[in-house]
This record gives sequence, C-alpha cells and structure tokens, in this order.
Amino acid sequence: MKLLHDVRLMFVNNLNHTLKSPVFIFINMFQPLMYLVLYMPLLGGLGSVPGFTGGNTANVFIPGLLVMQAIFGCAFVGFPLIDDIRSGVIHRYLVTPVSRSAIILGKVLRDVVVLLAQCILITLVAIPFGLTLSVPGFLLSLVLYIFIGIIMSCISYSFALIYKVEDSLAPTMNTITLPVSLLSGIFLPLALAPLWLQYLAKINPFSYGVNATRDLFVGNFQSISIFEGFIITGIIAVVMFYWSLHSLKKMAT
Amino acid sequence: MNSDYVIETKRLQKVFVSKVRGEKRQVEAVKGVDLIVKRGQIFGFLGPNGAGKSTTQKVLSTLMRPSSGEVKVLGYDLVRQQDKIRQNVGFVSQVGGADLASTGMENLVLQAQLFGIDAKTAKKSAEEFSQRFQMTSYIDRSASTYSGGQKRRLDIALGMIHHPQLLLLDEPTTGLDPQSRAYLWTEIQALKTDGVTILLTTQYMDEADKLCDTIAIIDHGQIIVQGTPDELKSSVGGDTIVFSFVSSEIACKAEVLLNEHVKLELLQVTDNSIYLTIKDGERTLPDLLRLLDGSGMHVQGVTLSRPSLDDVFLKYTGRSLREDGQKQ
Repeated sequence: MKLLHDVRLMFVNNLNHTLKSPVFIFINMFQPLMYLVLYMPLLGGLGSVPGFTGGNTANVFIPGLLVMQAIFGCAFVGFPLIDDIRSGVIHRYLVTPVSRSAIILGKVLRDVVVLLAQCILITLVAIPFGLTLSVPGFLLSLVLYIFIGIIMSCISYSFALIYKVEDSLAPTMNTITLPVSLLSGIFLPLALAPLWLQYLAKINPFSYGVNATRDLFVGNFQSISIFEGFIITGIIAVVMFYWSLHSLKKMAT
Repeated sequence: MNSDYVIETKRLQKVFVSKVRGEKRQVEAVKGVDLIVKRGQIFGFLGPNGAGKSTTQKVLSTLMRPSSGEVKVLGYDLVRQQDKIRQNVGFVSQVGGADLASTGMENLVLQAQLFGIDAKTAKKSAEEFSQRFQMTSYIDRSASTYSGGQKRRLDIALGMIHHPQLLLLDEPTTGLDPQSRAYLWTEIQALKTDGVTILLTTQYMDEADKLCDTIAIIDHGQIIVQGTPDELKSSVGGDTIVFSFVSSEIACKAEVLLNEHVKLELLQVTDNSIYLTIKDGERTLPDLLRLLDGSGMHVQGVTLSRPSLDDVFLKYTGRSLREDGQKQ
C-alpha cells in the first residue's frame, strides 16, 4: 500500500536524523529526571493526603511525570520542520507524488518511538525510588503517552507550518504547555485543589490522561477514568493530526 | 491537445490574497499568461525579481493552484491530474531543497523512492547521477558541508532522479561562481540532448541567450514578448550606441539635440549616459560624434554594440534589466 510505503520511507529518514545525534534523546529527558530526583522526595511526607492512594508517592508522581515527558518532549518538534521549510525540503517533497499524510506521519511516528524509549528509561530509573507498578497497566499507559505525544507533536507541526518562523513558535508552545501541564495535576493530585481549579481541570484533556495512567499504574482496571482517558486523548490526537495535515496541504495553494 | 505541447496555458492567473488589519488585499502576481512550450525545447522566462516568473513555475509544478485559467502540463489537467504531473515533472526551486542533515547520497536515494522506485534501483540511479554530475568525491558527506556549486548540483540531480519529461529550473545559476555556472550550462544543454524539455527562469541575459531556444520576456505578471533569441534581437531593429558625458545636464541637452537632428528608434537617458538604437550604427556614429562635438557637448566615452537581449528588454519594458536588479 502506497501510504504505508511512504510512511516507512519518511519514518526511517526522520529516525536517521535523530540517531545522528542521539544525545538529544537524553538531553530531552533531563527535565523529568530532575523532577524525579530533586522534587519527588519533597512529596514523601504527603502520603496521607487525599489523592495519594495507598500512601505511595512514586506511584502517583511517576505517571504524571511521564505525561510531562510526553507534553514537553513533543512540544518543540516543530523547530526542525521550520528549518526544512526554509531550506525548501518540504516543498521538494510536495512536488513529488509522496502521500501528504506520510510527510506528517513519518515525523510523528519518529516522535512516538523516541517518546516510548524515554518513558521506559524514566520508569526504570524510578523503580529504585519506590515505584511499584502493574506491568499490564504500564504497557497500556504507554498507549496513553503515545496519544498525548501525538497531540503535542501535531500542534507543534501545525504552528510550524503556519508561522514558518521560530520566533513565533517558541512563545506559542510555551503558552500552551504551561497551563495544560499545571491543570492536569502532574505535580500534585488535583484532589488537593479547590473546587474551581478542579472544574477548570475538567476542560483540560490532559488531566484525563493523567488520571487514567495513575489508575493503570496501580492496576485499578475497573476505573471509569481509564476509559475516559483513552477516548478523550485518542480523539484529540486524531483531530490534531488532521489539523497538521491540513496546514501542510495549505502550503501548496 | 497537441501532443507536441509539454506546457499549454490559457489566461493563467494567480492572485495572492492577504489580510492586513482585517482588510483584504489582492496582489495579481500572474495576469493572464498564455504559454506554449514544445517538447525538447529549452524555454526561458526572462525578467526582473517579482515579475511573476517563479509564481508561474510554481503553478506548473503543482506547488500552487492557479486562481483562474486553463493549464495543461504534459497533456494532464493541472487541477485534476496532479499526481500524473508530479510523477513526470521535476522542479528545482530557487532555494534548492536538499536536506542538509543528510548526505547527498541519502538525499538522492530517498528522492527516487518517493517516486515509487524500489530501493535497489534508487541506489543505482543515485550512483549514476553522482557520477554524471561529478559529485562522487563528496556524495557521502553531509550536504551541510557542500559549497554553493556542489549543493546546486545536488539540487538539480534531485529534480532529475526520476527521469522527468519536463524539468522546471528556477534561477538555476543565481549566486554561483563563474566556473559552476559554466558547468551547469553544459549540464543543462546535455539534458536537452537527452530529450528533456526544460523551462528555466533567469535574470541573466547571457544565460537566456546561451541556453534558450525560446525566450519569453515577462514583466509585471505578463509575457511582453516571446521568440527565439535571434528573433528578439533583430526585432530591436538596430545597433545600440551609448554616449557618456561629464554630467547629466549635458546628457539631457544632447538628448534634445539628437532628437532634433537624427531619426532614432529609441533613446533613453540614464544619469550621464544616453542609450540610443539606430540603424547602421557603424556609419552613423562618426556623424553623431561630429554633431555633438560641434555643439560643445564633449563626449567622454562611446560604445557601439550589436543588439543584445538587454536591448530587447529595454525596448519592450522601457527600462534596463540590470538597472532594475540594482534597485532591489
């Protein structure tokens, strides 16, 4: 099938670029690792506070930390795309018969693979810090992180394609990442928040992702929030993909 | 549809609409271009920056949609049969399009595969082009290390790797050193021998003169005149004489004097110089010199030249192409 053929070509090409300087995969993980080592111990005394089920702070904090990796790790993938637009690479692709979806999917798939590697590494590092997890729950969580990563990557690509300059992309992505991460209860469970903040969090799709992955980590598979998390982030991921595809196609009008 | 026509446009128009503070503004970049390019030709668009050359090429490459008009490329309808056109047309834009983070070889192989060529054939084809364009010594290096001329060769090879029937080159030699330019000219001529039809845009008269079978002079979004270089040059109808004077005042006085006494086809003053086109320049020149000298207008320098495409451009647009370039 042509789409699969094209996606594979674009994916391999993008992955090669990333693997030429693999050190950035690790630099990109620096922020969550710092939170793991220098911030999580602060939460140690909060085991009895509402939201910290079972008194294990790592089990509450690490799922949120991985969502943070998905949000911040993928938010700035639009920058190399701007380089490609400026040097004519994207226009060169657009005058070939290559599937337009493949141009985006090849990039998003690479982002997803990098994100998966980072999530697994962070989780392994977290185990000595007291993380206990349900393995099937963790594996299902990875799907959630993929959805969240796709959302952020596609937003970043869309704005890159619309702005075509770095100066506008950086503040835009910063403006998006900060409220969505604060309003998703990454750092502390939203159960601690005043009611108005909890209502505000309900319109933030990422908060559903965080709730779902917390239940998955402890193997609480009956929880309705798991279902909500998958449906909401999954739908938004698809919508954001089509938005970035639309932005790409608009370049050739 | 004549199968000999590689490009056929009727009243091709492209309008850009932009919004400035909620107010819609329209810029008509291409204003109804009728164009026919025959198979096997090198066809040149000659014109200053912003004339509409690149926009027309982008439309033909499927990179932009025309606002109105009919366009057929290789017999395919531009709007409805984009994929057929993309498969058979190569386009090398002004900025090029090589991926600088990859090697030349990686660029070429991927490009071939994007056209559905299998990996093995793509590799073979990439090696052939690397040899043909004399890129073997640097083809496995990252394209970010290439010189301007090396990168340009890669750009053109990328546009050629799928053996298109039509190649669109947007200012292929702009910004290159003289050796690289001369090299690319031979390469472009060789492509023609292979039967590829080429539509190139250029701001350089010498380039258009040397390479093109047909030239269309394009200005303000319209084709002003079109023909072979010889046709265009003889349409100017005479030789060009340039007199230069000490000051522009004298040049203006000389203009009046010459207009009164001699039958001229064209006369233009820029700064201290007068450009005039006249039949049989060789014989007329001594008389003109005597006339000017006798009236106390001391001529500082004089050149006489056979018609060039510069003169063609001057005749049809009322200004010099070089002058126009300097203003920008």
